[in-house]
Amino acid sequence: MAMLEVRNLRKCYDDLEVISDISFDVNEGEVLSVIGPSGSGKSTMLRCINQLERITSGSVCVCGENMITGEKNGEAVYASADVLKKIRRNVGLVFQNFNLFPHFSVLRNITEAPVSVLKISKEQAEAKAMELLGKMGLADKAKSYPCELSGGQQQRVSIARALALSPQMLFFDEPTSALDPELTGEILAVIKELAAEKMTMVIVTHEMAFARDVSDRVIFMDGGVIVEEGVPSELFGNPKNERTKQFLKRYSENTFKGDK
Amino acid sequence: MDLTKLLPILAEGFLVSIKIFALTLLFSIPLGFVVSALKMCKIPPVRWIINAYILIMRGTPLILQIMFIYFAPTMLFKADAPPDRFWAVIVAFSINYAAYFAEIFRGGIQAVPKGQFEAAQILGFNKMQTFFKITLPQVIKTVLPSIGNEVITLVKDTSLAQVIAVSELFALAKKQASTQFSVMPLFVAGVFYFVFNWLVTLLFDLGEKKLSYYK
Repeated sequence: MAMLEVRNLRKCYDDLEVISDISFDVNEGEVLSVIGPSGSGKSTMLRCINQLERITSGSVCVCGENMITGEKNGEAVYASADVLKKIRRNVGLVFQNFNLFPHFSVLRNITEAPVSVLKISKEQAEAKAMELLGKMGLADKAKSYPCELSGGQQQRVSIARALALSPQMLFFDEPTSALDPELTGEILAVIKELAAEKMTMVIVTHEMAFARDVSDRVIFMDGGVIVEEGVPSELFGNPKNERTKQFLKRYSENTFKGDK
Repeated sequence: MDLTKLLPILAEGFLVSIKIFALTLLFSIPLGFVVSALKMCKIPPVRWIINAYILIMRGTPLILQIMFIYFAPTMLFKADAPPDRFWAVIVAFSINYAAYFAEIFRGGIQAVPKGQFEAAQILGFNKMQTFFKITLPQVIKTVLPSIGNEVITLVKDTSLAQVIAVSELFALAKKQASTQFSVMPLFVAGVFYFVFNWLVTLLFDLGEKKLSYYK
């Protein structure tokens, strides 16, 4: 079953078209990685699906709910606030810069949304938060504040914060780009664990080796379009498109050398 | 005249000063929040009006604004009687300080990283929850030192109320000084302001310390 259906997504800023015409599906339990050079529209696409940016035209369907109901004067018409809210509850997003709330403890960062948005009791929310923190290897940091944690720890807290709302689907917007290589490993390990649990995920990343190892499918984007799409072994091992080859060449020279 | 007679008189004036001080804060801080929100509003005419208001409030002397609020009803608008002196002062102070507070709050709100709002939106917080749980606590931490500055200035500015003959601390001290041919009452009034501002400073230091648990 397709958890996410994106059809003919277009996004323009005034006259500048940053996403041209993108269509793809993500099935339940699938891990999709989106790779591509900076400025290719990967993050914008993710932000459009997560309602942080208005899409210009096209349609997005999340867990069977249509975000866009039609088109009027060449502009997408959004569904009612209730539907959008429902969609929002089904998905989670992990940011590049974590965006933890600095004035809340680690525990409260995780419990605040379940308590005040989902109206779950504080005890229940805290029990779940502790369980998630345990899973992230951060049980001893519950009372700390974000500023006392390393970048990798902060990102793990932000993943726990997203998971606390029990999303059907999780999006990652370059989750390791703000981290040094050593800390990157901790995050990738967490995402791999989620993949093993069959969490449906879309990951925008620059970590090619990771994308190759963890994904069921990979999309290569450039200039606002999907240039190539395929299973990792195909896309990384035997890319068809010239642009994909050119892009991956840099990485195969560096990243994959040690693997073989 | 000795201090035992002078102090009760000045204390009475000081009480009026503190009333002006407290009521001004009570009205100007919420008003400042409203003004800062309007200034960031997307409708251009609203922003123009707010800009003009802030420009006038910060661009003209408070002493003149107090006189205007007090005299304008009778002189410009043909009202039968001037407004109550005390409340004219409160109105003038409140709208004047609201303009300053509004600019401080705007700076504080704009200093909250965009990612905080996006995270709040993704997690499903509504606008009220986002403002009270996420934005406001961070704004308070950012603006506290600047607010402290304004509050200290306000303590001293209460002396401007004398211009429309409100019997606050400075007015009474001046009267005592001229009847006694002595600067002593003025000096004592200075001590009152100083001690009060010392307390205000301690209070704000305490507040900053309490909020220093995060960065």
